[in-house]
Amino acid sequence: MAKPVKQDTMALNGDEAVAYAAKQCEVDVVAAYPITPQTIIVEKFSEYVANGEVHTEFICTESEHSAITACLAASVTGARTFTASASAGLALMHEMLFVTSGSRAPVVMAVANRALSSPLNIHGDQSDSMAERDSGWIHIYVENAQEAYDAIIQAFKIAEDVGVSLPIMVGLDGFTLSHSLENVDVLPEDIVKQFVGERQLPMVLTHEGKTMPFKLDPENPMTMGPIAFQNYYFEFKRQQEEGMSNALKLIPEVNSSYAKVSGRSYGNGLIDAYKLDDAEIAVVCVGSTSGTLKVIIDELRQEGVKAGLLRLRTFRPLPVEELRNALKNAKAIAVMDKSMSFGGFGGAVFHEVRHSLYDLQTHPPIVNYIYGLGGRDSSPRELRKVFEELTNIAKTGHVESPVHYLGLRE
Amino acid sequence: MTTTQQEWKFTAKDIASKPDLFLSGHRACAGCGPAVVLRLIMKATRGPTIVTEATGCMEVVSSIYPYTSWGIPWLHTAFENAAANASGIDAALKAMRKKGKVKQEQIDIIAIAGDGGTYDIGLQALSGAVERGHDFLFVLYDNEGYMNTGIQRSGGTPIGAATTTTPAGKVIPGKLEKKKPITEIMLAHDMQYVATATPYYWKDMLTKVRKGLEVEGPAFLHIFAPCPRGWRSEPAKTMEYSKLAVESCVFPVWEAVNGKRQLSTPSKLIALAPQKKKPVKDYLVGQGRFRHLFTPQNQHILDEIQRMTDERWQRLLQNYESA
Repeated sequence: MAKPVKQDTMALNGDEAVAYAAKQCEVDVVAAYPITPQTIIVEKFSEYVANGEVHTEFICTESEHSAITACLAASVTGARTFTASASAGLALMHEMLFVTSGSRAPVVMAVANRALSSPLNIHGDQSDSMAERDSGWIHIYVENAQEAYDAIIQAFKIAEDVGVSLPIMVGLDGFTLSHSLENVDVLPEDIVKQFVGERQLPMVLTHEGKTMPFKLDPENPMTMGPIAFQNYYFEFKRQQEEGMSNALKLIPEVNSSYAKVSGRSYGNGLIDAYKLDDAEIAVVCVGSTSGTLKVIIDELRQEGVKAGLLRLRTFRPLPVEELRNALKNAKAIAVMDKSMSFGGFGGAVFHEVRHSLYDLQTHPPIVNYIYGLGGRDSSPRELRKVFEELTNIAKTGHVESPVHYLGLRE
Repeated sequence: MTTTQQEWKFTAKDIASKPDLFLSGHRACAGCGPAVVLRLIMKATRGPTIVTEATGCMEVVSSIYPYTSWGIPWLHTAFENAAANASGIDAALKAMRKKGKVKQEQIDIIAIAGDGGTYDIGLQALSGAVERGHDFLFVLYDNEGYMNTGIQRSGGTPIGAATTTTPAGKVIPGKLEKKKPITEIMLAHDMQYVATATPYYWKDMLTKVRKGLEVEGPAFLHIFAPCPRGWRSEPAKTMEYSKLAVESCVFPVWEAVNGKRQLSTPSKLIALAPQKKKPVKDYLVGQGRFRHLFTPQNQHILDEIQRMTDERWQRLLQNYESA
């Protein structure tokens, strides 16, 4: 591996790390609306604009619906675009998330994951972005502020790849990451610019019969966002899936090429395993709680317990094969969900992991833990219970109750 | 506002010789007012132009994949956000121009929406985009209802009109509420240019489109566009209704430059010669949506519509005289 470049260390919280990365990626248009715990991102970016540190057109829209709309419209005009949101804001974008992916607009959005009402709660869980699972966006979840910085840079590279051309949301746990100060190593700006490169545009056939870059351009008129009926709509959707398949191949490549520059990688970019190779009991987690789980795993290993972690970093496209291979030898698996799928027999991550294992000849026993809703703290002591149950299941092979709630008053 | 007065003298010959940008082959109904409006207003463009449309009749009739009626770049994303689309396009062009990625010095942006996409679901995005001062012309084609979904009432539907959600029933005689004063709302945004027009007075309409485009910043044009399907009127009479609406003062035509309102010629002539003002029922009588009003028990509604129309007209004259 080539030697990574020299980097400065900055004290940044997750939101600031995101804003700093977006600044370095030379975004043309940012359109956003404030919402806790994302607000620091737009505040910080506003400072860059006000101080002339970026040449970005920054639109303070009157709603998240207009924020994502403006990003989409700017993106299909050829601009590199970025926004950030959370919770109710992301929910207000819901309609436009589908339009953005359907329009193949590579908008990058940071989601400072937060609970959804009601009751109103401003704290961290992943209900907001999990509810957008099927919106056609690539979903990447980070573990810490350093990764938030790295993932935003990578996101532009992935989203804007002409074979992908899909929007990406990068999830960072609200408050736990968005508001917690960390040491973050940042790349020199020219290195980031070089890594991300200029925005590339897919070539498409116009109605005038010319092959031209896909953008609103008076010299090459295109009709974008048409109405497609029973005879064409289905093919549009199938093509989006092709973009997802390409992303599944590209994300590991970007993970590797970024590692060459920065010295940092996150598993293969899709899944990030920790002491999983010989693990008998395995926990699957999305987001920042992975850090706490690693500490517990280290303790358990000292106690002779073969425990391991699989952090699901890319939730869409779902790395089914990687999940299956990584978990096939486990004797018991617990999947952590920081959101509910009401009436759905466990949370969204549980569904996905469980279904990924279906093709195995023998199925390891698998349980689900719903935890941390509305920002409820999950202490190491609480999380240790998960491993204790897994140890029992591994011994007996018996699952008494598949869905549990961790740290809940019942 | 820069002036190119010369170019505003749109003549029939000029217009006929300028290639269409809203092309034939669209699927609009016979006698569709909005389709005529779109074809005409695109004749008033002054150079490179991008159009963005809200979901609605004109969007669906003109963009059925793999066909298109648009000879210029065109974007549709959703129903409530035509003005937000314009914001994004405007910002993108500015950002990319700074980097030398957009060659043209001037690209006009026109956002088009029906009354649903303007008065109702699109009002928030419109107000926001205007407040932020994006450089675009918003064209409202007002056919006074949700015609695309099958003639439901909107905030732009006039009082008394029967729609499929305000049917003329045994107890309720059509829509009970007044039409929202959308241009007053837009004027209250301190816009440089707000105007009303109808396609019958096409020269006036085209001139206003051009003036709106020449404003640096947001401009708003409210165009009255009869819908034979929704109004239950004869397709051949679309232009007649767009004339009668002005003659009866149901829809006066005017423009406000920097807040100073001036009646446009067709309405000014009525102001100068009040005897030319036609009774509202002359405008209402042929439209099926108002048929139920022409019964003895609903006479009072007709009287009320006349009274309200007179009152609005008087208010406009006062504004006009004080300006």
